[in-house]
Amino acid sequence: MMLWIAVLVAGAGCYGLKLAGLSAPRRLLDHPKVRAFAMTVPIALLSALVAIQAVTEDGVLAFDPARLGGLAAAAVALVFRAPFLVVLVVAAATAAGMRALGVS
Amino acid sequence: MITPFSFPPPARDGLSVGLVGLSGLVFGTTAATAGLSAAQACVLSLLCFTGASQFALVGVIASGGSLAAGTMGALLLGARNTLYGLRLADILDWRGGRKLVAAHGLIDETAAVTLAQNGRSDARTGFTVAFASLFLMWNLTTLIGVLAVEQIGDPNAFGLDAVGPALFLALLWPRLRDEGARTRLVASLGVLIALASTPLLPAGVPVLLAAVAALAGMRDQDAAAAGDGPAHAEQEARP
Repeated sequence: MMLWIAVLVAGAGCYGLKLAGLSAPRRLLDHPKVRAFAMTVPIALLSALVAIQAVTEDGVLAFDPARLGGLAAAAVALVFRAPFLVVLVVAAATAAGMRALGVS
Repeated sequence: MITPFSFPPPARDGLSVGLVGLSGLVFGTTAATAGLSAAQACVLSLLCFTGASQFALVGVIASGGSLAAGTMGALLLGARNTLYGLRLADILDWRGGRKLVAAHGLIDETAAVTLAQNGRSDARTGFTVAFASLFLMWNLTTLIGVLAVEQIGDPNAFGLDAVGPALFLALLWPRLRDEGARTRLVASLGVLIALASTPLLPAGVPVLLAAVAALAGMRDQDAAAAGDGPAHAEQEARP
């Protein structure tokens, strides 16, 4: 039940945020603080999400060689400008391959 | 993704972006692995329809975090769609019911397609086709992904646990590559704050706390905004 509430609140909130942008006065965008917030916060959040999902588990640091190998392979794919989906497939295939070979 | 042709028809742009919707497969499997029911995963894709926010919510749930923290993370990541709305309001210039529907489609990919067009008519076509194809693809593949998990058994054997961090890295990568040292500083601080606070705080909260790292990048953005304002929004708007 609580999970349903989170799903519905996230859904309604995300829609509200989109609609607010489409309805807000255009000059808001010219406000440097608004622009700076909207542009910079995703960088901090996304980098935090990468770190949390890569090297933590159940609230403690946890290093899984296969998962880190998958992430490293994704980084290599990104360096070579691979398309989005290819990056994800490379990450999964690398982690799966390392596990199949008995790593971790 | 924008095709390399110099003046591509807006519909072709919109359709090629729809392929990105295939990553709904990944979302579906991730959501099911995190403990969401098929209905919950599908409703989330229908209502949220903004990938990073959805992944943030299920990521926090998967790591045992509170639902409140997960929802806050989803909304903070969704805030950039507000900026797309500000950018596209003049370009699309839709009112009433059309505006209410169009608002739902304001995400990275549709904004990128729309901003790449010349003129209102092409912009509207590009937005509509991109929105429609992405929405269909994203929701269909979410359903397929969430149902597939039941057949898979241990999803980690397929390396699915590596997809989450890889996905967020892929979203972050163009900005790390194209922007200055200040962006990389913000990203590094975000990682440090998240990892340092992980043992101390409930799961999910470290991600929110990492938003503080954005303060380190604000001063630079102020200066840049005074000069070449739209450049930053341009870089943000990509598939």
